[in-house]
Amino acid sequence: MRLITKQLASKLLLVFSRLMMLPVLLMTGGQVLAASDAAVDEAQRWGLNMTEGVTAVSREIYDLHMLIFWICVWIGVVVFGIMFYSMIMHRKSVGAVPAKFHESTAVELAWTIVPAIILVLMAIPATSSLIKIYDTTEADIDIKIVGHQWKWQYEYLGQDVGFFSNLSTSQDEIYGLVPKGEHYLLEVDEPLVIPINKKIRFLITANDVLHAWWVPALAVKRDAIPGYINDAWTIVEEPGTYRGQCAELCGKEHGFMPIVVEAMEEQDYQNWLAGKKQEAEELRAAMSQTFSMDELYARGEKVYQANCVACHGVNGEGGLGPSLVGSGITTGPIDNHINVMVNGVAGNVVMPVFGNQLNNIDLASVITFKRNAWGNNMGDQLQPVDILTFKKNQ
Amino acid sequence: MGDHHGPAKGFGRWLFTTNHKDIGTMYLWFSFAMFLLGGVFALVIRAELFQPGLQLVRPEFFNQMTTMHGLAMVFGAVMPAFLGLANWLIPMMVGAPDMALPRMNNWSFWILPFAFALLASTLFMEGGGPNFGWTFYAPLSTTYAPPSVTYFIFAIHIMGASSIMGSINIIATILNMRAPGMTLMKMPLFVWTWLITAYLLIAVMPVLAGCVTMMLMDIHFGTSFFSAAGGGDPILFQHVFWFFGHPEVYIMILPAFGIASAIIPTFARKPLFGYASMVYATASIAFLSFIVWAHHMFTVGMPIAGELFFMYATMLIAVPTGVKVFNWVSTMFRGSMTFETPMLFAIAFVILFSIGGFSGLMLAIAPADFQYHDTYFVVAHFHYVLVPGAIFSIMAAVYYWLPKWCGNMYDERLGKAHFWLSFIGLNVTFFPMHFVGLAGMPRRIPDYALQFADFNQIASMGAFLFGFSQVFFLFIVIKTIRGGAKATDEVWENPEGLEWTIPSPAPYHTFTTPPPIK
Amino acid sequence: MATDSKSVDGYEPYYVPEQSAFPILATIGLFAFVFGLGTFFNEMQAETSGSGRYISIAGFLILSATLFFWFRQAISENMQGMNSMQLKRSYVWGMGWFIFSEVMFFAAFFGALFYVRNFAGPWLGGEGDKGVHIALLWENFKYTWPMMETPDQVVNGAKAAFVGAGEGNSLYPADAHNGLLHWLPLYNTIILLASSVTVHMAHVGLKNDNRSAFKGWLFITVALGIGFLFLQYMEYHEAYVDLGLTLESGIYGTTFFMLTGFHGFHVFLGMTMLLIMLLRAQKGHFSHEDCFGFEAASWYWHFVDVVWVCLFFFVYII
Ligand code: HEA
Ligand code: HEA
Ligand code: HEC
Ligand code: CUA
Ligand SMILES: [Cu+2]
Repeated sequence: MRLITKQLASKLLLVFSRLMMLPVLLMTGGQVLAASDAAVDEAQRWGLNMTEGVTAVSREIYDLHMLIFWICVWIGVVVFGIMFYSMIMHRKSVGAVPAKFHESTAVELAWTIVPAIILVLMAIPATSSLIKIYDTTEADIDIKIVGHQWKWQYEYLGQDVGFFSNLSTSQDEIYGLVPKGEHYLLEVDEPLVIPINKKIRFLITANDVLHAWWVPALAVKRDAIPGYINDAWTIVEEPGTYRGQCAELCGKEHGFMPIVVEAMEEQDYQNWLAGKKQEAEELRAAMSQTFSMDELYARGEKVYQANCVACHGVNGEGGLGPSLVGSGITTGPIDNHINVMVNGVAGNVVMPVFGNQLNNIDLASVITFKRNAWGNNMGDQLQPVDILTFKKNQ
Repeated sequence: MGDHHGPAKGFGRWLFTTNHKDIGTMYLWFSFAMFLLGGVFALVIRAELFQPGLQLVRPEFFNQMTTMHGLAMVFGAVMPAFLGLANWLIPMMVGAPDMALPRMNNWSFWILPFAFALLASTLFMEGGGPNFGWTFYAPLSTTYAPPSVTYFIFAIHIMGASSIMGSINIIATILNMRAPGMTLMKMPLFVWTWLITAYLLIAVMPVLAGCVTMMLMDIHFGTSFFSAAGGGDPILFQHVFWFFGHPEVYIMILPAFGIASAIIPTFARKPLFGYASMVYATASIAFLSFIVWAHHMFTVGMPIAGELFFMYATMLIAVPTGVKVFNWVSTMFRGSMTFETPMLFAIAFVILFSIGGFSGLMLAIAPADFQYHDTYFVVAHFHYVLVPGAIFSIMAAVYYWLPKWCGNMYDERLGKAHFWLSFIGLNVTFFPMHFVGLAGMPRRIPDYALQFADFNQIASMGAFLFGFSQVFFLFIVIKTIRGGAKATDEVWENPEGLEWTIPSPAPYHTFTTPPPIK
Repeated sequence: MATDSKSVDGYEPYYVPEQSAFPILATIGLFAFVFGLGTFFNEMQAETSGSGRYISIAGFLILSATLFFWFRQAISENMQGMNSMQLKRSYVWGMGWFIFSEVMFFAAFFGALFYVRNFAGPWLGGEGDKGVHIALLWENFKYTWPMMETPDQVVNGAKAAFVGAGEGNSLYPADAHNGLLHWLPLYNTIILLASSVTVHMAHVGLKNDNRSAFKGWLFITVALGIGFLFLQYMEYHEAYVDLGLTLESGIYGTTFFMLTGFHGFHVFLGMTMLLIMLLRAQKGHFSHEDCFGFEAASWYWHFVDVVWVCLFFFVYII
């Protein structure tokens, strides 16, 4: 207990000494001044201000943000200045005698008109930025983004490349069983890859509830709305990894659906794309292959960890969804099991329809895994072709 | 006439009362209870956010806490508190014997505890309580909602009925019950702001009722208001909701403006500067509040014309609000000021509300809002306008009028201590939220990335300090009611208003014959 | 309690009732009503049956009974001359603002219709900026109003959850000018407009102390209200049974039934109010100078009428 208090106290001290530096940080507006290099580093670690980002638009927004910020600060300084002046000089205790004046049309007019002019001055750059942001024409690459509870799906239109992107932080990290990694909660199994200096258009929609696709460094935030398509665009200028998060409450795991964008040189991008296509090719070939029980089980476990734990628990013990241990589906007729996985549960919108979210190999593996894990010991297994047959016969 | 009756005895007094003072008292106590309840929910949120990682609650429960915190504070704490003040003060300020429709007044109040009992009980239902935020966006609140959403909908319905009846009563009282000679432009600003607030309430509560009715139909009767598959649109929900929701936030601040306009002149010993312009500014804010709703929806992908329109209209609100702030400052200017507790709260109100207003203005800049939206920057904005805005004004009002209500003076030392604790606690809680918000922390998340850890820790500690000081407030109020120095009839030095012409504590029935108005 | 009204200096005491049990009883009734209704709806959803409906009915009965006695007391207070002119004005303000709140309730639904027809619908059909890429989701969907085929159907075929009534099943197709049904909304418009006139005639009768004219016109008004509801019932029957146009037929059915349904419900309310006024008239209530109860009901009736005219225009004509 004492230790905790001590830690808290030292932390507080640290924090307040940092807070003292705030004015300095803000004055420099995040600009590098030789003297306050250290302060700027601090600012970055503490994440005090909006990121400038890596696109022309994001910088424009940053400038706009700083502009309004400073205007507000100055208005505040003047208004609160006068107020504190009166509070100090016109106290009863220093013998102030109240004046009698209580209205003045001229003054009222002045302080109606002056703020209005200031607002107009703010509105001009804001309008021009907005018009730029809305110009989604003439894109080089179209990427369709679909928000699902709770993962993102990317599809490179016209390229036959598409995949899901899941949180890759482990449950153990989240529950504090192991130390948290550097990119805790901001890491995914498959990032979105884009080339730099190309105009990328994002076509954003959702499959279930509202989500919002947001990457601060690109200054792109657009709601993903089921049944409608929103568009947004970006031209990234620097290669790098940019991280963001879902920015619209979308249910239980809203805090756990990050976005990672990998921006790379055109050539690297082309290589990556080619690799992806090849992967898809191999996958297609594998669809007709037969897998061993061990292969299926191992693969299924991975699929399970990525897609199912959020609702059915690490050990199938259930949570938002029912327990899968010894349940009527996981230990019942295998066709029902396939049906649940391919078509979802009728009348229940929570359990996703995995038929076109997972490929046939993954479906076969995860079913096999569930039927043999956690003491379910059914001993049976599925091959990708079985799923294919099932889908065909529907 | 029941002029000289005292209050009835026992619990029946409260159940059956038609007296505006009794009803005002009940509103205020109810509101404080909801403030503590909503505050406890907030403390659960802050405790979970003390560190990264999931420690105390599961994400699904966290979402219920966020939702219930917002609902309890908005509909349970702030609105009933203002209604309580209106009940106590408006008849006394306009020289009326009571509210215009006393029995309906009682009905408006008693619906509330029932509505909130229903709402709070959902937390214990199968599938949990509402978990979709106080803005309950469809389809998370329809197709994907827990079954308890049905009770949530009906709770909102009857709460709305209560608000509408309360507002009708206030309008009828103000328009019809003023003592002869109390012309509109002689009314205290608190009465004016409430008149306009009541109008806003009657205009938007039915729209909220329509909104939840559409949800109800989508959930239970297969309609497709909010489903694209049937030809509807989830964004339609947001338009309907915010048509209510934005005026709602001004409902939570206009009476606060009225309170500040009563307190500041008293302690500056100088008449309010620009009374008429205050009235016009309030009316302009109310008018503008109807045409800015979509500034909550800048990222939903509205056509650009809409985006621009709502951006400009929103920015305009800074003008009349500025007029108010400038008028308050001019009232203090060359006054003869003292700083009793109500004045401290009122001054903090002006400063901190303005800061919240400034961040509001930043949010109104649509392109910048693409970076701010749904981050803690928004959370910082609205807590600055709501906590030191609405809540501080209510506390200022309680300190200011409590001696009139109960006849005893509160302890000035304790009052000041409460102020400073709250002031510090509040800023430590909510100021860092600006930073984490700008740095990219989304709102409504139970767990966050490591770079947000330090500021969240500070905010959580501040929250507990602030929460503790409100328990202290409760103590001060109870202490004052139970005893203390007797208050004079005027209580303060030369305050303006009819309520100071009657004895302290105010008799059970006041102004059964209208007072003369100078 | 209140005695005579006019006192010396031209000031009338305002009647502030003593304690009253009505509000808390009404609260309990209202609470039981909505709690039961919520339970009942959830039971329907879960396809079980339980106590929901009974709680709800009990609540409704408590609420109605309380309101009945409450109004009865308010009326008797008035008849005993306790109400000052000022209090009567309070009632007038109260009713006026209540009607305004009702206007705003309808505004929400009219707003929804406006939004769907001018924004959401065309976007789904590929028009406007937001329709550019929509074919990725709703390929081949064409927007028409009335929307007889939902996007759901176009894409999901037989698996669709929202099934429109289908082409040719429009209640009021733009080009069909035959059949009784087509003219039904027009008849209903005429009926309601006429009823607004008759309720006014009743008012005139009362003002002239012609009680039989008053009661006669009031009776006709109520009868017209019933006639309206009967025609609306026929329309709904036709829509549901013959045309397959239901609440579940997508946004057309949704907006159509919600708007006309809530209106019909308000007609029912207004008619009930007028009926009560008729019964009161029968008992000798109302005089040419004190008839606010009746006036309030007639205002409500005019309001319902105006809403219908808007409906006729926005739902049926354009
Ligand atoms: C009491 C409640 C209250 C008040 C008064 C306000 C006041 C304002 N609000 Fe706020 N707001 C909320 C409560 C409130 N808000 C809430 C609860 C939310 C979040 C809802 C949710 O999503 O959960 C929200 C969200 C919100 C958003 C959406 C953000 C987002 O989700 O992305 C926006 C955007 O425009 C906004 C803007 C404004 C503006 C421009 C004002 C203006 O009225 C402020 C005007 C005041 C000033 C500007 C200061 C004083 C003026 C001067 C000193 C004059 C000179 C100044 C200038 C010329 C700059 N608010
Ligand atoms: C008037 C409105 C109001 C008020 C006063 C407050 C007060 C507070 N709010 Fe507010 N808040 C909202 C309105 C308000 N909030 C709204 C509308 C939202 C959005 C919800 C949504 O996203 O849907 C929100 C969201 C919100 C969040 C974001 C949650 C998220 O995005 O996940 C946070 C996080 O810190 C927070 C914190 C606080 C804190 C610490 C206080 C403090 O001021 C609270 C002070 C604490 C107390 C008053 C407790 C005192 C009690 C005790 C110490 C225990 C004693 C107990 C008994 C005697 C029984 N609030
Ligand atoms: C969003 C939460 C969620 C996710 C993610 C999810 N499920 Fe489910 N699942 C549910 C819910 C809820 C049900 C219960 C449906 C019902 O019976 O009404 C369910 C039911 C099931 C059932 C039927 C169980 C039974 O005995 O009735 C199986 C099998 C199943 N899920 C497997 C999976 C697998 C495998 C995955 C991952 C690939 C998965 N689920 C992912 C929520 C989820
Ligand atoms: Cu997806 Cu939040
Ligand atoms: Cu707003």
